[in-house]
Amino acid sequence: MMAVTGQFMILYVIAHVLGNYTIFAGAINAYAEGLRHWPYTIILWSSRTLLLISVFLHTWYGIILKLENRKAKPETYALTRYRSASLAGRTMVWSGLLIALFLIFHLLHFTFQVIEPGIAATAHPDALGRPDVLTMVVGSFQRAGIAALYVVGVLGLGLHLYHGIESSIQTEGLNNDRTLPVVVRTGMAISVVLFLMYAAIPVSILMGILK
Amino acid sequence: MNLTLYVWRQEDRNDKGRLVQYEARDISRDVSFLEMLDIVNEGLVKKGDDPISFDSDCREGICGMCGQVVNGVAHGPRKKTTVCQLHMRHFKDGDTLYIEPFRARAFPVIKDLIVDRTAMEKIIESGGYISVHTGGVPDGNAVLIAKRDADAAMDAAECIGCGACIAACPNGSAMLFTAAKVSHLAMLPQGRIEAGSRVCVMTEEMLKQGFGNCSNHYECEAVCPKGIKVRFIAKLYREFIKAKGNL
Ligand code: HEM
Ligand code: FES
Repeated sequence: MMAVTGQFMILYVIAHVLGNYTIFAGAINAYAEGLRHWPYTIILWSSRTLLLISVFLHTWYGIILKLENRKAKPETYALTRYRSASLAGRTMVWSGLLIALFLIFHLLHFTFQVIEPGIAATAHPDALGRPDVLTMVVGSFQRAGIAALYVVGVLGLGLHLYHGIESSIQTEGLNNDRTLPVVVRTGMAISVVLFLMYAAIPVSILMGILK
Repeated sequence: MNLTLYVWRQEDRNDKGRLVQYEARDISRDVSFLEMLDIVNEGLVKKGDDPISFDSDCREGICGMCGQVVNGVAHGPRKKTTVCQLHMRHFKDGDTLYIEPFRARAFPVIKDLIVDRTAMEKIIESGGYISVHTGGVPDGNAVLIAKRDADAAMDAAECIGCGACIAACPNGSAMLFTAAKVSHLAMLPQGRIEAGSRVCVMTEEMLKQGFGNCSNHYECEAVCPKGIKVRFIAKLYREFIKAKGNL
């Protein structure tokens, strides 16, 4: 359950970052407008529904799992030496909860647009009558605080997936001896790339590269 | 060589337990870790103190009876080595060693370094056997088994059931142990028959006994004295998915 919902969300975050990159091509308003029209709106709403279910199931089971595991190991050693467990792997709940907090902020910010009503895209259409997503995003990220918050949020995502991608493949029994190290490294690489891609948006706006 | 030891001392299940400092003097580099503890115990007995209790039997690394956590690592610092086969030459003169029992909720301490591993027996009792009549020893090559499967089954069968995987797991999960048993039997024709029900009852029993869930840290593989691989955990998941799919 953790693995399947997690993997669905990974597909979503990959699609999401690719969609966001239309901003570098100056086409994010067209992209946002496109998503509201047939047939893309079907994809948008079905993925949103599945995503909502995934987030709830994933968070719920994740927390139960963590509580069970904590109960199963009530005492630790005077000296603990991890030989293979990574920091990312041991902090899955914490990076997960960081993502949850970030997610709430992100939805209020860009989806419901209540954080900065002055540049809310739906309320302020562009010259073509489309929601002006570009102005909203650029305007937000020119503020260092907001940009920093997003970088921290996607850092949580990167950490979570650093362990999560590989872990989910193992949980589905898709590994063997030969492929495990490859899967581990690929998972790490994907998570680093995703982090860099996401972080690049606020950073490049803040640095004035993207206007 | 001389060493400073901090050893976990605990009277019984209800005692709180604490680390106690001991000095190990004039230890030969060639004795095993357990023999080093024997020497310390001789000193304690001479002084009229209660010797340190610990488990051991074969002292050849094959029975799975021994097991302690040395400086935070189950079975000590050497890879693929039980603590009975760990020699003092792998330590340095003047080292400080923390010696603690295997810890997990399912492993209550009986005394000092001895823990109750009955929970592992319960997992085996639940399904770690075959109930078909296999008759006498079959003639060589009468039952054909692919070399790959035979090798893999033998790799899984190497598990001596010491519990180091559980001791090392941050979640106190018995997944590697259970997976080794499930895989070993599922890869051979006599065990294949009950593979589906076996994987279900054994994993259920594992959770019932208070072991945790696997979150793929692979600490178990790192400490296993027999080098059991986490590929068997993936195999367990595959068997589980297959079994649930057939219900
Ligand atoms: C909403 C907040 C989230 C929380 C509280 C959370 C919590 C967790 C926890 C506790 C685990 C570890 C389970 C274990 O230790 O075995 C986990 C695993 C995982 N998470 Fe999340 N998570 C969240 C969001 C996400 C998101 C957004 C994604 C994907 C983009 C994701 C992908 C994964 C994956 C792939 C795994 C590995 C599953 C497995 O090992 O089978 N998670 N999550
Ligand atoms: S005493 Fe038998 S394995 Fe160590």
